[in-house]
Amino acid sequence: MSTKYVRRFDSTDRLLHGFLMLSFLGLAATGLPLIFADQEWARRMAALLGSFEVAGWLHRVSASILITVFAVHLFRLARRLLGGDWGLLWGPRSMVPQPRDVREAVQHVKWFLGRGTRPRFDRYTYWEKFDYWAVFWGMGIIGASGLLLWFPVFFARFVPGWVFNVALLVHSEEALLAVGFIFTMHFFNGHLRPEKFPMDRVIFTGRVSLEELEEERPDEFARLRDTVGLDAVTVTPPEPWVVRLGTVVGTVAVTVGLILVSLILYAVFG
Amino acid sequence: MKRWLALFSLLYVAAFSLVTATEQTTPSRTAPPAPRAAKAAPGPTNDDCLACHADPDVKREAAGTSVLVDPAKFTDSVHGALDLKCVDCHADLKTFTDFPHESKLAKADCTACHAERVTEYDRSIHAAARRQSAGSVAATCVDCHSMHEMREKTDPKSLTYPLSLPATCGRCHGDPKVIAAGHIAIGNVADLYKDSIHGKAVSRSGLMVAANCTSCHGSHDVRKKSDAESRVFRANIPATCGACHEGIKALYDTGVHGTAIAKGNNKAPVCADCHSAHQIQRADVPSWKLDTIRECGTCHADKITTYRDTFHGQVTSLGFVRVAACSDCHGAHDIHGKNDPASTVAPGRILETCRKCHATANANFAKYDPHADKHDKARNPTLFYAAGFMKWLLIGVFGVFGLHAALWFPRGFRERQRKARQA
Repeated sequence: MSTKYVRRFDSTDRLLHGFLMLSFLGLAATGLPLIFADQEWARRMAALLGSFEVAGWLHRVSASILITVFAVHLFRLARRLLGGDWGLLWGPRSMVPQPRDVREAVQHVKWFLGRGTRPRFDRYTYWEKFDYWAVFWGMGIIGASGLLLWFPVFFARFVPGWVFNVALLVHSEEALLAVGFIFTMHFFNGHLRPEKFPMDRVIFTGRVSLEELEEERPDEFARLRDTVGLDAVTVTPPEPWVVRLGTVVGTVAVTVGLILVSLILYAVFG
Repeated sequence: MKRWLALFSLLYVAAFSLVTATEQTTPSRTAPPAPRAAKAAPGPTNDDCLACHADPDVKREAAGTSVLVDPAKFTDSVHGALDLKCVDCHADLKTFTDFPHESKLAKADCTACHAERVTEYDRSIHAAARRQSAGSVAATCVDCHSMHEMREKTDPKSLTYPLSLPATCGRCHGDPKVIAAGHIAIGNVADLYKDSIHGKAVSRSGLMVAANCTSCHGSHDVRKKSDAESRVFRANIPATCGACHEGIKALYDTGVHGTAIAKGNNKAPVCADCHSAHQIQRADVPSWKLDTIRECGTCHADKITTYRDTFHGQVTSLGFVRVAACSDCHGAHDIHGKNDPASTVAPGRILETCRKCHATANANFAKYDPHADKHDKARNPTLFYAAGFMKWLLIGVFGVFGLHAALWFPRGFRERQRKARQA
């Protein structure tokens, strides 16, 4: 077991992800009862929340937190861009989809089927990029439609009435997509797939062991080794309490998410 | 000695007051018509009857039950005040002399004095049930009016006094045995009524004007609700409720539902469809408000579906009422078609209606379609295409990533085993 670790996420990223999780779960728990208002479980959840005013208030508080997280993230990106970090826009450290993502996706599927080797991923894999842009897109769509529904009288000064009809539909459908995707695909890809099961704590500790990095993202490992040198990026192992905290928070979040997704499946197919 | 004196004076006073009372009632003797005719006929006097019937120890030979008639109660009753004779009602003993009489007498016949009421009763569901089966438990005169202690309905001690009447009807309609024996479909209606706004007005507020059983069903001629003559026959319900709720009836009569009923369309709702019959609640009780939405939806199925797609419909479905329900926009009693300028949702009035809750709403806001249908391309084109796009986006994303995960899982599993073997 290697004791050498490499930093993957800085403390602000982890903090932002923490608030993202919290607000996302809050939004899902207070919003889903409305979408599935005809379900007994939705009525019970609503009753548990006290009243729709309380649920609405929690939903708006969570939305405000999430919008703040998004704004801080955008601010940090802008600051890096202004600082001349053009690698954000293209290349191995960029979230922007690139030709190699398509190649890697195809190769990855071939590997699933036993026809070829595992792609030599770099810092961000194609599914991680999809996760990122799904949230990005969702933030725009759900956030914008949500604000429209939050302040309908104000926005009605600028937009026609049918926009609210579309906003209501899009807000809930897109929310279902986001909730469904995060609580199944993101959980699977990030934590529940056999190689990672029960969970990957990198988002809580911010560190990944050199050994794991070399195996999972060989191109990143090689790039770091050949450019700045591994010693330059090596950090101390995560504190045990951080690992434990990550375990608890991750377990709670995954559990809540899976419960919510089960309720959705029950409502849709049950 | 003193005790004897006291008893004697008491007896004296009692005798004196009896004489006075008799003298006082004498002038009214001419009032009741029929029984007076029989006055000349020889027959037992009340005292003759009370010789046995005032004695608590006298029992019927076969049954062993008491034959007691409390003279004080009879004297105090409406018939006692008229100084009726026992045989005025027990007419088969009118000329009887050879006492004691058989224990089985003919039923007292009320027709002699109350012919009109008895004719009404003969048209009632109670009389019909009695005609149908000999062993029927259906009410007769005495079940509601009692026998020897019968009083006028204005007398607070009367069983038919408005504040006592629900309990009187409840003696049968709140008794599971009678309900079962009489096959009364509605069940324990007395219990339902007790918790209704009318029942509480009677029992808690002591309101004489509150609707009791007879206000809606009539008294002597209570009829089946399927009987077109019944006050609770569907088409007659607005008039029955309107007897008290006149202002509401006036509104209802102008609305789509009222005019439909007046034209003979019995599918249109009447008062009881939304308010129920025996469980009527205040209109601001949440459970009732929520139930009324469901009730509107029983006819307006497409409208309730689209309503449930909106925030208003979702919140009410969750059990909260501080958002618009059907009647908040459409009105309650005087609902008009949306093309009728009088309608609260007519183009000329819709903004005013939205503003009841959304005080600063503008014309754009009022163009929101509260019954938008994502399947209706003609009515909501943008919503239709947005819904189509979202549907395929969901199917696409979950399809692609579902398959991706399904393929990944077995490979990942083998990978984990391989690593475990290496370690």
